[in-house]
Amino acid sequence: MSVSLETSVEVPAVAVVDLWKRFGEHTVLRGVNLQVDRGKTVCLIGASGSGKSTLLRCMNLLEQPTSGSVILDGLDITGRDVDIDTVRSHIGMVFQQFNLFPHMTVLRNITLALREVRGFNKVDAEEIARAKLADVGLTAYVKHRPGQLSGGQQQRVAIARSLAMEPKVMLFDEPTSALDPELVKGVLDIMRQLALRDMTMVVVTHEMGFAREVADHVAFLDEGVLIEQGPPSAVFERPRSDRLRSFLSQVL
Amino acid sequence: MPTGLHNFFHTFFDLHQIADVFPSLLSDGLLNTLEISALAIVFGTTIGMTLATFLVSRRWYLRAPARVYVDIFRGLPIIVTVMMIGLGLPIAGLRVFGRNSYPYAILALALVSGAYMSEIFRSGIQSVDRGQMEAARSLGLSYLGAMRRVIVPQGVRRVLPALTNQFVAMVKDSSLVYLLGLLASQRELFSIAKDTTFQTGNLSALTAAGLVYLAITIPLTHTVNLLDRRMREGGAVRLADGATAAAPSLQLLGTQEGR
Repeated sequence: MSVSLETSVEVPAVAVVDLWKRFGEHTVLRGVNLQVDRGKTVCLIGASGSGKSTLLRCMNLLEQPTSGSVILDGLDITGRDVDIDTVRSHIGMVFQQFNLFPHMTVLRNITLALREVRGFNKVDAEEIARAKLADVGLTAYVKHRPGQLSGGQQQRVAIARSLAMEPKVMLFDEPTSALDPELVKGVLDIMRQLALRDMTMVVVTHEMGFAREVADHVAFLDEGVLIEQGPPSAVFERPRSDRLRSFLSQVL
Repeated sequence: MPTGLHNFFHTFFDLHQIADVFPSLLSDGLLNTLEISALAIVFGTTIGMTLATFLVSRRWYLRAPARVYVDIFRGLPIIVTVMMIGLGLPIAGLRVFGRNSYPYAILALALVSGAYMSEIFRSGIQSVDRGQMEAARSLGLSYLGAMRRVIVPQGVRRVLPALTNQFVAMVKDSSLVYLLGLLASQRELFSIAKDTTFQTGNLSALTAAGLVYLAITIPLTHTVNLLDRRMREGGAVRLADGATAAAPSLQLLGTQEGR
């Protein structure tokens, strides 16, 4: 969208450097390093409680890391004088529970940040919103309230809401875990298309089929440590650690 | 009719007395009561909403003073607050509003109702799912922006019934302005009824005033309840924008009730 985004190819979209996160006595992340290259899809896998969601939430500072840094497009967003609101507006986030705003129409859910954060006028914001809704196949639902939509439709609106901000990277926190099985595919299809269109994505998921097929890079976390990472073929076909082997044997 | 019963009816329901006092109740009293209570509600709601955002703040230096304020104004009898403000301030030389009793009474009522309403708003705000704030912040909205557009509108909807109680209380408590002394033209419902009662030695004027109070409070309650039901069903009323969207079509309401 603007010239400033055309940063050199060598700078990764997101780099996580020696990230630690403690909740009181409990240490959730122990020195995680992760690099997300531009246009790539990275899947974070691991058992519940392994810290993968916390890692994702640290990437837009919904959780404040205890130490370490998160570098977005070469900018350390954990730095003191960073305007976090502006940074977050360039990072899309899709939640397990959708978190659409129930008191607003579908259209308004999408135009809210376009108008409040980006400063678009109503007409332009609605044009963008309609285009993004078309991308997720929900143009017929602009005037609906989230409560009138199925879970799958709600999640697709949530994706459209994030995409409307033209984010540099999209974070997905178990986007299909709250969905009825028959609704999962529609959401995964949209994510697959995004990957094909070279959206940079970090996806926390239990959908191993999706990770194997769509991810460029898979990272396995266990008890807050990033134990193994690599292309899906390596991670899924030739796991090196016992932890990953036993995890895969349980989920595959 | 036995004498006892006759006396009872004569004391409370003397139709001549009621008919005599009604015109002045309606021409002066009703408007004055509405003026005091409406302004007290407006200012009280503003105070309450501001305090509520302090009460849910993570910063102790915002939370602590708000807490102290609420504890004091909720803990004092309202009659004490009205007299402290309405008589106390002028005596202390703080004639901020001159000699007119109204602003002092409105201020006192607003301060008290602000304390109650802040707790109502706080509970509403805190009942909104954490994910709503997270989603709003993830889109780049500031904390205050998220509060204004996402959290508060949802929180307020949930506490509308509780707010109604507060609005009704304001209408009733507006009568306390009589404590501060009023010009004849300033008398509101209760003062007119009280003065009439003292002149006639008959309480029917109070009955008449009571009827007018009910004529305000009962429709008020039902209007807010209707608003509440509408928002639960169709979410048609958009507080967030300060604008009222079209009411949901009957068909839409029908399908939703059927769910």
